Amino acid sequence: MASSEPLTTTGYIKHHLQNLTFGQFPDGTWGLAHGAAEAKAMGFWAIHVDTMFWSVFLGALFLWGFRKAAVRATSGTPSGFLNFVEWIVEFVDENVRGSFSHKNDLIAPLALTLFVWVLLMNLMDLVPVDWIPEIAKLMGIEYMKVVPTTDPNATFGMALGVFVLTLYYSIKVKGVGGFAAELTMQPFEAKNPILKVLFIPANFFLEFVSLVSKPVSLSLRLFGNLFAGEMIFILIALLFSGGAILAVAGGVLQWAWAVFHILIVLLQAFIFMTLTIVYLEMAHSHH
Amino acid sequence: MNINLTLIGQSVAFVVFVWFCMKFVWPPIVSALNERKTKIADGLAAAEEGQRAKAQAEEQVTQVTNEAKEQAQEIIRRAEKREAEMVEEAKGTARNEGDRILGAARGEIEKEANMAREALRAQVAALSVAGAAKILEQEVDEGAHAKMLDNLIEQL
Repeated sequence: MASSEPLTTTGYIKHHLQNLTFGQFPDGTWGLAHGAAEAKAMGFWAIHVDTMFWSVFLGALFLWGFRKAAVRATSGTPSGFLNFVEWIVEFVDENVRGSFSHKNDLIAPLALTLFVWVLLMNLMDLVPVDWIPEIAKLMGIEYMKVVPTTDPNATFGMALGVFVLTLYYSIKVKGVGGFAAELTMQPFEAKNPILKVLFIPANFFLEFVSLVSKPVSLSLRLFGNLFAGEMIFILIALLFSGGAILAVAGGVLQWAWAVFHILIVLLQAFIFMTLTIVYLEMAHSHH
Repeated sequence: MNINLTLIGQSVAFVVFVWFCMKFVWPPIVSALNERKTKIADGLAAAEEGQRAKAQAEEQVTQVTNEAKEQAQEIIRRAEKREAEMVEEAKGTARNEGDRILGAARGEIEKEANMAREALRAQVAALSVAGAAKILEQEVDEGAHAKMLDNLIEQL
């Protein structure tokens, strides 16, 4: 707990969970929020600068690296980084082929982007929790939350993109009528027209919930896992302020949790990608 | 942890990244991978083709060798036959030649013998005439007794 000002445990945790928020103050001026209350007061028209910076930085890093590999990609013998990139591309391609049975050139690049981007954002969790915030503090930045996927805005943002694509392809493949029928004519089906009409509200309620639950569960799963992981890292970091014995224990725990967390980081990125593919597959197929 | 504009910002970033990946990252890598796959498949097919060609060539070599061996055998066989024939022919010619020489020699001998006989006969005739003249102590008219003398010679 490397902090100059006297901080309580609660304060330390709260500080770590606070995004660097840029928005409009109640008095009409624009600026960075100092503390959770001010950030909350800014309402919807505020932006988490740290989340945006790290997610865009990591996304750009991914695209820069992969683009470099793509330019160098030939049918000859690959080597080094290109090999690694090809391995990931083939892995994603295989997964898409396995779960997605329609012809759509968007799905595989989409899956690759989500997988690598989410993985990179998750990997930020393995950087010791105080390193980047402390550097930021030296640069005069008050708050710095480095793992974008621990911000529900980031995960919801991506899930929203996936949701819009799901709706788009549902309507494109099945037509407005087909999609509406899918929402209202099942799971309760009837031959009798009157019964059919009577079933519409119940069907729509069930289908609507299942439709909306997809992006919500997609984003909350990722957010929840990473947020919990981050939280545990923060709690472990608290041990460093509790004397030599606790500090050693904290070091061991941090290492152990980091090792375990590699699995979660990888798994959540993979799940996010796979579910995206599955949702889009469902959007393409008729029930 | 407020829901705010970050949501929209992240969605926009998401769309831009996916678009970029779809346009500039995925196609070149996948096309390179597919190209390599085709190349490898072609290489394997060519290798197989080469193996088959080699087997075929080996078979052909065996066939040609066998044919050559057969031909050589045939030539040897024919040569042997011809040799036998030539020997036979030479034998025949030699025999004929021998016969001819023998015949000629025989003719010569016959002729010599005949000549000797004629000479002998003439001498005998002369001796006979001389002998008869001596016996008869008289001149024998050779002209008159020629017929008798000839008969005498014939009986010799």
